[in-house]
Parts: sequence; structure tokens; C-alpha cells
Amino acid sequence: MCTMITEKVKVDGSAKGTHGWFNVAQANVSYDHPFNAPFEHALNIDFVNESQGLGARVAVELSEQAARELVKTILAVLEQAEREKVL
Amino acid sequence: MYQTDMYEGLLAETVTMTGANGDTINAYLARPLGKGPFPTMVLAHHMPGWDEWYREITYKFAHHGYITISPNLYFRSGHGTPEDVAAKVRADGGIPDDQAVGDLAGGMKYVRELPYSNGKVGVFGTCSGGRHSYLAACRAPGFDAIVDCWGGRVVMAPDQLNANFPVSPLDYTKDLPCPILGIFGNDDANPTPDQVNQHEAELKKHGKTYEFHRYDGAGHGFFYYHASAYRQAQAVDGWQKTWAFLEKYLA
Repeated sequence: MCTMITEKVKVDGSAKGTHGWFNVAQANVSYDHPFNAPFEHALNIDFVNESQGLGARVAVELSEQAARELVKTILAVLEQAEREKVL
Repeated sequence: MYQTDMYEGLLAETVTMTGANGDTINAYLARPLGKGPFPTMVLAHHMPGWDEWYREITYKFAHHGYITISPNLYFRSGHGTPEDVAAKVRADGGIPDDQAVGDLAGGMKYVRELPYSNGKVGVFGTCSGGRHSYLAACRAPGFDAIVDCWGGRVVMAPDQLNANFPVSPLDYTKDLPCPILGIFGNDDANPTPDQVNQHEAELKKHGKTYEFHRYDGAGHGFFYYHASAYRQAQAVDGWQKTWAFLEKYLA
């Protein structure tokens, strides 16, 4: 670990991993070295369910700009859903 | 130097060893075949885990004549693919410094006691492994040389310290008992060139034997041929510096 910048949040939902769908219990968010993305550091999100083993993990590794755009987009979609009273 | 009519052979396998707190952990061991005696190395793997690159360089060190052990520093975090295990460790904010030092000290004991060891032990690490190597060399008596490749957070600010990382590694510099080779990229964000300079100044202040090499056009992890960080010319030179340094102090 080089930056150690990490947060965990409980979540409720599903994710599709290498063995199919599983219930997601937690999202681990870090700004640290990615495993695959071509950046020294990335905004990494691991959707996990540790009760199903360490392999129950769906990973994304994003550039800083992509992560910020994703946050804005998620919020915009949720706000639209609120406006259309489907939330 | 290798000649084409020489016999060569090496053995590589997973072993178990005693680590921090007397815990049994697994490790990868590679050694040249023959009577020896051979110099020995302990490898501290990087943040992405006890992965294929570390198993490969365990062979690589053995190919260069070193009995080499690479302890699985993430053993206690469970088992799975190296990435899945490392992702858990990343989410947990890393492993405690005391635990890493204890595991590397256990590796030192393991290889030093082998009957074909020459009794000299070096420690090598990259990324978080460079930092762990530095901590181990300073805190676990017995290492004869250290190679720190771009170890991040050797220089730590007070607000970065916590229960897992209670002391900035830089503060242990006065206790470093052996020569150190440092290999760094000038485009690295962690450690930054300024942090490398601070580290060098501390070594100089305490009269330590050190050799620092800084590479232009290289950032973090420039030995990793499988990643975009790879820089061929700088990596080749860095490996040559590593072999020359270890031969000088461990042969």
C-alpha cells in the first residue's frame, strides 16, 4: 500500500463477478495503486461480499477525472429520478 | 559471470516459515542447486501482493546465485488470487509495520540457517516492500544489505501515523546497520524526489553507507515489465546496479 487512502461503505445491491451475480455488502473505495489501469494511482472501487470469500469482488479502477464525472453522473441520475417521482 | 559450459540449476517451491508473533506463514523459496555456500536474500513484496512478478524475481535472484525467500506478507488476510487478497489488504489500509518486520526477520532467520547459506542476508523490496525492507533493515538486527526500490512513505508526516504505522521509517535511520542501495524514478509521486532527498540527507547525517540512483523518465514501479510504468533502459540499469551492490556486500 502506498497511499493508504481508503474508505469502506456498507451497500445493498448486486454485482456480477466471474462466477455470476452475488449480493454486494460493501464497497471499498481507495485512491492507491491500481492492479490494471495504466496510472500510478487510481480511484479504485471494489464491490465485495467477504462472507462469500475474497473472490466475491467486482473491481473498477478509474482516473481521477473519470471518478469525478461518475460521481456527478450518479447524482444527476438520482436527482432526475427524484424529479420524476420514481424515488 | 555465466559461461555456456557451466552447470546451472535451481529449485523453487512454496515453503512454510515462522513469521511475526511465531505465526506460521507461507513463502516462496528459490535457490541455486549445489553445495554453496550461497549468499541469501529476503524479498518484501509490493502493494499488489504476493504475485507472479514476485515469484518471478525470486527465481531471478536464485538465478543470480542467491538463496531467496519471499514471505507472503498478506498471509493473515486470507487466500484467493493475489489481486483479491491484495484488494482486501488495500481496503484495510495495509498491514501493521510490526507484522511486516517480524515476517521479514523470520525470512532472514530461515535462509541464514540453511546449510548452504554463506551467512550473509540482504533484503529487497519495491513500493510498499521498499518501505517494509527499510523498516526491517533498521529494526531487525542481522541484515547485511538492503535494496529499497521506490519505497513510498519512508518519509511520513505526523498526520499519516496511526496504530499500524506508528513511526515514520525515516526516524529509524540512525539504527540502520548495513549499506543501502536506493533506486528511484524522478517522476514518482510517492516517494517524490524531495522525499528521496530528505531520505538521503538523513542517511548522510548519520554517516550511513548508501548509494542512491535517480532515473529521469521513470516513475513508480519502472521494473514492472507487465505494467505501463515499465521503462526498459532504466530497469536494465537498475538491475545491474542491484547485482553489483549485492555482490559487493553479500558475496
